[in-house]
Amino acid sequence: MQTRRQAYRQGAKDAFPSVIGLIPFGLIVGTASTAAGMDPWLALAMSIIVYAGASQLAAIGLMVQSAPLAIVLATVLVVNLRFVMYSASLAPFFRQLSTGRKWLLSYALTDHLFALVNARFTPDGCHKHVDAYYIGGAVPTWLMWNAMVAIGIFAGTLVPKQWSLDFAIPLVFLALVFPALTTRTHWITAGAALVAAFFTAGLPMKLGLITAAFVAVSIGTWLDYRQELEKRIAR
Amino acid sequence: MSIAADWYGVVTVVGAGLVTVAARASFIVLPARTAVPAWLRRALKFVAAAVLPALILPDVLFRDLGPQEIVNIYRIAAALCAAWVAWRTRNIFATLGVGMAVLWLLKLIGPL
Repeated sequence: MQTRRQAYRQGAKDAFPSVIGLIPFGLIVGTASTAAGMDPWLALAMSIIVYAGASQLAAIGLMVQSAPLAIVLATVLVVNLRFVMYSASLAPFFRQLSTGRKWLLSYALTDHLFALVNARFTPDGCHKHVDAYYIGGAVPTWLMWNAMVAIGIFAGTLVPKQWSLDFAIPLVFLALVFPALTTRTHWITAGAALVAAFFTAGLPMKLGLITAAFVAVSIGTWLDYRQELEKRIAR
Repeated sequence: MSIAADWYGVVTVVGAGLVTVAARASFIVLPARTAVPAWLRRALKFVAAAVLPALILPDVLFRDLGPQEIVNIYRIAAALCAAWVAWRTRNIFATLGVGMAVLWLLKLIGPL
């Protein structure tokens, strides 16, 4: 990647498999918003403005039940907290860029882009043209995502309600959860989240998700901290 | 039930966008010396494992209930099949396909 042009192209090339992988998820988010009775233009605006599938689905689920604004925003923040982690790990690559460019690149950040940049560059090594590489991957990702959501939104109007397409939302989350369960502590965290979600499902103002997530993250963090202490003592 | 493009819809969507871009930009736009606190780094490791199950459970158990139902038996059965497929294959297509197929089959032939 000697020139910027080559970096753009390499980014697009590396992003290709994940861009194809966006097709079903984007279609589902589009159809699910229509299935929830969301205004099609609002749904498309959400896809462009928020640009984060899992949190879009979570927000739609709450908005259809007229949950208070603060609860929807808190839920979106919780679902998107992983971006804080990505942001911390990508920050060294973008140091030299202007503030405006930093915001623009931040807006386009996705799970896949984060993984791609981390696979090809190291903060200490040479990362010339890393922003060009990033944009090369970000542009097709953005175009594919929003095109698929748009198609889903308008295709969704053709699907009868009896098909229960809203069930696709928890199914997508199911497909996403297992790769996140890497250790025993993660499994315990997930189990705690299920139990907590069951008992908080009836909470007013749709507070259940945030409460359950907070309880489970606390349990996971505490177990992890204790394990590290034990390791330190054993040494 | 619907979500109109009224003030609630528009403000919520714009707010969700601001919250999301803030999360994404956080450490990229903060001054270089800002480090992630140790407790936050530890907690962030468990966010996905906590949030996703908490999102899944109410959508499976308590949606689309019949007049006599406390939990949605068909959805639970379909979700268990889909969970097994997701665990074995890690494939989003297969998970969706099996989950929807089991739900449709149960709705078609089930007694409820």
